[in-house]
Amino acid sequence: MKLSPRFTFALTMIAGAFASSALQAQEITGAGASAPAPLYSKWAGDYNKSTGVKVNYQSIGSGGGIKQIDSKTVDFGASDAPQTDDALKAKGQIQFPTVILGVVPIINVKGIEPGQLKLNGQVLGDIYLGKITRWNDPAIKALNATVSLPDAAIAPVRRADGSGTTFLFTSYLSKVNAEWKAKVGENSAVNWPVGAGGKGNEGVSAFVARLPNSIGYVEYTYVKQNKLSYVMLQNADGHFVAPDDTAFKAAAAGADWSKSFNQVITNMPGKDSWPISGATFILMHAKQDNPAKGLEALKFFHWAYQNGDKSASDLEYVPMPKSVVAAIEKLWGEVKDGAGKPVWTK
Amino acid sequence: MSKINHLKTARSGPLADALFGQLARACAILTLALLASILVSLTISAWPAISKYGLGFLTNTAWDPVQEEFGGLVMIYGTVATSLIALLIAVPVSFGIAIFLTELSPAWLRRPLGTAIELLAAIPSIVYGMWGLLIFGPVLATYVQEPLQAMFGGVPVLGALVSGPPVGIGILSAGIILAIMIIPFISAVMRDVFEVTPPLLKESAYGLGSTTWEVVSMVVLPYTKAGVVGGVMLGLGRAIGETMAVTFVIGNFNQLDSLSLFQAANSITSALANEFAEAGQGLHQAALMYLGLVLFFITFVILSLSKLLLAQLRKGEGSKT
Amino acid sequence: MSTSTTAATTHKRAHKFAQRKLVNQLANALALAAMAFGLFWLFWILLQTLILGVEGLSWAALSQMTPGPNEEGGLLNAIYGSVLMVLLATFIGTPIGILAGIYLAEFHPTGWLANVTRFVNDILLSAPSIVIGLFVYSVAVNPFHTFSAFAGVLALALIVIPVVIRTTENMLQLVPSGLREAAYALGAPKWKVILSITLKAARAGVITGVLLAVARIAGETAPLLFTALSNQFWTSSLGQPMASLPVTIFKFAMSHYENWQKLAWAGVFLITLAVLLLNIAARVLTRSKS
Repeated sequence: MKLSPRFTFALTMIAGAFASSALQAQEITGAGASAPAPLYSKWAGDYNKSTGVKVNYQSIGSGGGIKQIDSKTVDFGASDAPQTDDALKAKGQIQFPTVILGVVPIINVKGIEPGQLKLNGQVLGDIYLGKITRWNDPAIKALNATVSLPDAAIAPVRRADGSGTTFLFTSYLSKVNAEWKAKVGENSAVNWPVGAGGKGNEGVSAFVARLPNSIGYVEYTYVKQNKLSYVMLQNADGHFVAPDDTAFKAAAAGADWSKSFNQVITNMPGKDSWPISGATFILMHAKQDNPAKGLEALKFFHWAYQNGDKSASDLEYVPMPKSVVAAIEKLWGEVKDGAGKPVWTK
Repeated sequence: MSKINHLKTARSGPLADALFGQLARACAILTLALLASILVSLTISAWPAISKYGLGFLTNTAWDPVQEEFGGLVMIYGTVATSLIALLIAVPVSFGIAIFLTELSPAWLRRPLGTAIELLAAIPSIVYGMWGLLIFGPVLATYVQEPLQAMFGGVPVLGALVSGPPVGIGILSAGIILAIMIIPFISAVMRDVFEVTPPLLKESAYGLGSTTWEVVSMVVLPYTKAGVVGGVMLGLGRAIGETMAVTFVIGNFNQLDSLSLFQAANSITSALANEFAEAGQGLHQAALMYLGLVLFFITFVILSLSKLLLAQLRKGEGSKT
Repeated sequence: MSTSTTAATTHKRAHKFAQRKLVNQLANALALAAMAFGLFWLFWILLQTLILGVEGLSWAALSQMTPGPNEEGGLLNAIYGSVLMVLLATFIGTPIGILAGIYLAEFHPTGWLANVTRFVNDILLSAPSIVIGLFVYSVAVNPFHTFSAFAGVLALALIVIPVVIRTTENMLQLVPSGLREAAYALGAPKWKVILSITLKAARAGVITGVLLAVARIAGETAPLLFTALSNQFWTSSLGQPMASLPVTIFKFAMSHYENWQKLAWAGVFLITLAVLLLNIAARVLTRSKS
């Protein structure tokens, strides 16, 4: 039987595929949170250009990241929701933050400019509980004496899929609205009392843009990129702040990173703090089955802390303060190989 | 050459035949093994939810990942409702298309038009999802949902059916997109069976002075009803198992308080797609797997019903297959 | 039958005939409307895909790797990954499917094994692709602690098999038994009859079935999400996660970066074009042989 050209081509591709299975040391895989995914992609691309190492990060959601690192199907996991130190110890993992994110409520109400509307946690929670149903509700009016609020029904929009963004949002609401904490709680996916579900940050912002008199919440990078209409929130100190990097940095400064990296920095003290801030975390195993890959991962993050700040700011993420980076790299001493020797030797 | 060859192969014939037969048989058994493994794997993953809820899972509308309380009724309802809407739209349309292509269309148009309809099946499902969410949804919202809400807003039963925020997502939206996706399958099968109707039967009817519609409804349809039922079942099977297109437009809202067609809802496949990645290892993931098992069971029931229906139809005809 | 008619009967007959004609015209109009309805959706979707896709299509899109956000780039690694995984899945799934189809059509077609297999195959045909993906995850990803293109190939092959079985069986059943009987009469053994005569006669239809299966898996996203994952970079190794067009499109389309969205639509255009061409090729093959 004469081999057709197509058949030969296919055979060559397959043979090549099996042959190159050997070169694995220079490829590491990570998966998890979708909020920082664009930044990790950018870092990975730049890192590859400068060192040739391929760090393949895929966003499958914070919960997915935790699951996959638990199953050891990836070299590092990423999650917007930190785990308790006890849980980490039981699983033999470490976690460290990479950048700070902010979650911002957005609205689509005719006549209200971006940054004009002021809300606080109690009101925001009540809207999503379905207790406040119209924009000219007295509770909202009380915070916005100078703004003309229409007599229209509020259309809340939230996330359809599970996400770290939802975790941060509900974590904030649980801290500032007692009924929310009792009825709904905090998680990456909750039993929403009201609200249409959009898929991903993109889905939420698309619905808010299309639905008049709607309110939603998205990750800060979406607000900046798409120029969405954001609100001011009242923080723990009672000040109304607008979302931007200084506000997120102020929130991060309020946390004590020296004790533990398990910090949920929503509703932090500080007059400039943005109430719905959060760090995003990387998870790795303390005992590495493949020390070479563990080392590559740590080298990547070291490079990112040293050289990645500008990329982070360009994409509207907030880099970690240098003091915290020092503490993070100290934690890396706990990543050891089978014989107990630390993998990170700087 | 064949005469000489056949003397050689006559000796190796029985052994080669036996081997080949066993090989073919093995592949058939592999299919069975495949389904069995999938079901076993699903059951193992779903066991925590099965042992906790048993059959009550099927009638519970709760879905609370925080409180760890799960029930599958919302998703089952969404799957069934969207598929029914899809059938309601697709079956008459496919029937019309099949009639047009076999009886009404000029001969030179037949092949291109037939190919065109089958191209609908060639469009990848993710395209349907994206198009549905980004392009069709807003159009549906503006031109269908809002006028309907304005018209039926206060009416008792109809008003409830069209309530909810008109964003272009929900059961109706998903149902319409599913209908478009299954039209090519149902119409292709209908067309194939209409075409194999013996021309003699049709010509006799025409000869007696029947109109086209009478030939189709009284001669072709009764002759091909088994094939038609098969085609409809094929389409229904596709609609129930469709993942990506439904996930984009159904809204993932886990409540059944409102039976409105415009309200966001959830289906089994979209719950799996949306929530699996984030679902914790425990009860949440098990509940999702339980839903997957339920979907297989629904498919099994539909296929069994269709086989029974076909057997009944064939018995009625008195023909022996 | 009496041939004499009264005026009333003639009038009734004319009225009945007019009624029948009306019903017929109505049915014809509805059939035409149904056809137009179907074509309307086809053209709308294809037109949108064309417009948005051509916008994002460029030489760069076909020759560069997937970029980071707001950067220049293309879809080359995704295209390669899709082509490789689809080809491999077809190579693995087609022989199994054809052999099983041969069993169903040629060996004991009415036996219990054949009936059960047909039924099971129908269930597998309707199985949601995401469940297949999750199954392969628990079998080929979790135990081996790595996402891999090989797992993706496995998931796609599991979708190919039922399609090929169904079409092979149908096509083989259409081969007239006279052909088989003639071959047996010449003394050919069964395996030779099946492979050289029956299968050859049904060749066009079987190839159509394979092409349809290829078209189906080319656009599948869900089975690849938890098996092959995806890859930002070029890889040709089957043991690593590998990019594919559907998954890349899924990721890019739901982002808010304009360069990613444009590439997503370009990818959509590419897949739709490839699948359409495959389908047309399948049609041409069947029609020209029949």
